[in-house]
Parts: sequence; structure tokens; C-alpha cells
Amino acid sequence: MTEPPRRSRPPTQTGWQAATVVDVRRETARAKTFRLALERPGPFRAGQHYVVRLTAPDGYTASRSYSVASAPDDGGEIELTVELLEDGEVSGYLHEVVEPGDRLEVRGPVGGWFTWDAAEPALLVGGGSGVVPLMSMLRLARRRHREDLLRLVVSVRSPADLYYADELPGPEVRVIYSREVPPGEARPPGRLTAEDLHPAPERRSTTYLCGSAGFVEAAGRLLVDVGVPVERIRVERFGPSG
Amino acid sequence: MGRPTRGFFGRGRRPAGDRLPPGQYDTGADWPVLSAEVTPRLDTAGWTFTVDGLVEQPTTWTWDEIHALAPSSYFGDIHCVTTWSKLDVNFGGVSVDTLLDVAHPRPEAHFVLARSHTGYTTNLPLADVTGGKAWVVWDYEGRPLPAEHGGPARLLVPHLYFWKSAKWVSGLALLAEDTPGFWEVNGYHDRGDPWLEQRYQGD
Repeated sequence: MTEPPRRSRPPTQTGWQAATVVDVRRETARAKTFRLALERPGPFRAGQHYVVRLTAPDGYTASRSYSVASAPDDGGEIELTVELLEDGEVSGYLHEVVEPGDRLEVRGPVGGWFTWDAAEPALLVGGGSGVVPLMSMLRLARRRHREDLLRLVVSVRSPADLYYADELPGPEVRVIYSREVPPGEARPPGRLTAEDLHPAPERRSTTYLCGSAGFVEAAGRLLVDVGVPVERIRVERFGPSG
Repeated sequence: MGRPTRGFFGRGRRPAGDRLPPGQYDTGADWPVLSAEVTPRLDTAGWTFTVDGLVEQPTTWTWDEIHALAPSSYFGDIHCVTTWSKLDVNFGGVSVDTLLDVAHPRPEAHFVLARSHTGYTTNLPLADVTGGKAWVVWDYEGRPLPAEHGGPARLLVPHLYFWKSAKWVSGLALLAEDTPGFWEVNGYHDRGDPWLEQRYQGD
């Protein structure tokens, strides 16, 4: 981690606002994407997240943060991809109950560190659902025709676990399968290795690493071993906070 | 209170009495790992902890020296801004009071900026790290604090959201003015009281 910026803070959070669900798409057996139209749309940066708050009739609330998967310049709407967690109070509700037309409360954007503005080269490394904020970055790069700045390495257990499977493929994207590979895949199934991260990113590049705590620990060690300076690695860990 | 969300009744809520701050849930046996950087591999042989800034006696302790101070422990709850809380946890280390007794803050010191070996920083009012409210800890449940949770040693300020409890802590600078740290620059609250839900700037 580098010295934190001492300059201005990002704009103050705008408080809670209503968002209308305009589309629900299934990504995998355990992940859905919710497209939300915000009552008060505002700018966000690729890599940021929103907090979703649910309120029960007696006033009890439950809130969770979800990364935005859509690109920042995508109109006044945002897409959140939500993994269904075991006993996930919020993810379970979103998966089982929510349909287009429903209204949710959201707050954001949140997070000013794990962000990329398509200005500097970056290596993106995601495990499983950790691809979500990286997808926002990839979509931003493609919209701006700056795919040359990015390299995305995604690790999933099997082809059935890959989010955005139709949209991901491209010369800047590499998918690693740890347990089961699709037909025609030359690399045998196996965990991410240093080889998968070659070539090491140039020194001015920033590496964005996102996934479960276990994935991030393992991939972080690999990145350091292949020579990526720790201060050039930004990490987002997806915890079991369903 | 916002209007109810269609079809949401909070079936998953666990009875935790009045121990959970608003908007928090009990994570049970889990201890989620959240940090913005790669877990550093720190060797206790070269580890140091420094108190400097507005103090009469800027002081640096080695691993052995800080262990020679009077031990102090915390048993209670911790609360993360990402909405999990963990109840009845036990940490061992040294009270920040003990460290400040040696360094002796000057009267004009009103804030601290905690810093980590990774470059992470977080700001706190001095009053939130004195009076038995804050520790530098290296034991968790009687065992060495794991690296992913901030080991070899982290700050512990359990009455505030847990990002204030800087992992891999390397020192405290005493300051006259509040100086936002890493997450505070990035939109999070300067104080972070979970009971007041001070999550983001403006809360």
C-alpha cells in the first residue's frame, strides 16, 4: 500500500436513496445480476460498491455492500452482481424474492481505493465472485477502447462458475479453471500459479486483486513472488457477509 | 425508518439482545478478513512500535521490549463497518495507556494517527485510545494473532468500527489536529462509533 492521498476527499456520501429494479439476470447457479435505476443517479468509479438496505415491517434492517459490475458511463443505472451465500440474509432475499419493479434502498458509491479510471495500466486478478468489480473496469476499458491498458486473469472452479461468460472473452482476458476445464482447454485444471500471471506487469502498473480471503492470500503471495511490489497491489476481500 | 422492503421480514436475524449495534449482525464463529492490501510477512525480530509526534519522550519498542510491559487483555465484542460483529472475543497485549505513560503526550495533543508497517493509517481522537479503551495486541484467544488478522500485532479499539483497529500496526503519532487516515480519506467516518452508525463521512 502506498502512502494515502492527503488531498481532497471524494464527495460526501449522498445518503440513502430509492432504486427500482429494472432487470434481473442469472449469471450462474449461485449468482444473479440486478440492474437498478437510481432515483438520484450520480457518478461512480469502476471498482466502487453500493450498500443495499432491506427494511422489515417492524423496522429491522439488514444491509450489505455489493460491487458494481457495470461500467461507470452506463446511464443512470447500475448493475450489482450478487452471489447467493449460505444462510445469506440479504443475498437470499435478493435471489429468492426480488423481481423487476421492486424498490430497494441503496447508498453509495462507497470506496475510493479499489478504483480504476482507465488512465493507467492495470493487472486485474479475480477469484470467483471477485470478478465483479473487475468487470466494471473491463467494461470501462472496452467502452473507452483502452483494452491495451488492462489484463484480466479470472480464476473459477469450473466453467459453470464463470460470471459474464459470454462477454468476458477477449485478448486481454485469461480464465483459469481450478477443478474442471471446458472442452478444448489446454491448461489442465489447477489453482492459479505464477505462470498464469506472466508476464509480470510493468512497474508503473497497479494490480487489483479481488476474491475470497483464501484466494487473495494465495494470489497475493504469487504476485509478490513474481516481482509485483506490494505497494502496487490493491486488494478487495469478499467476506462471508451475506 | 425507511419504508418496508416488499417481502422482507428479516427471517435470518439472530437474537443477540442489546449487544449488536444498529445495522450489525452476529457473524458467529466466522472472522471475516478485510483489508486493502496484501498480508505482509513481518518478522518479529525486526518489528518495532513507535509513539511519536506531540510527546515529551518519543519512544520505540522492540518486540521483546513491548512484551516486557505490563500485560493487558480485552474480552468483549468487535464490530466491522461491513456489518458483521463478533461477540466474546479475547485479545492479549498491552494497553495504549501503558505506552503513553512512557511517551507522555503534550497538553496540545488531541488526536492520534495510527500507522502500519504496510503504510495504512487511521485517525482517532486521543480520548478514544486512552482510559482503558485501546490496546496493541498480539494474542488472540491465547494464541499468536494470525497475520491475516493483523499479526504479529495490531491496534485494538473495540468500541469503534474495526477499521480503526489498524492491522500490522507500527506506531502512533500524537497530533494537535485531526488528520484523516486511509479509509477516512476514502469516504469513511473520522470517528466511527458503531452505536451511532458513523460509517461514512457525513453520518
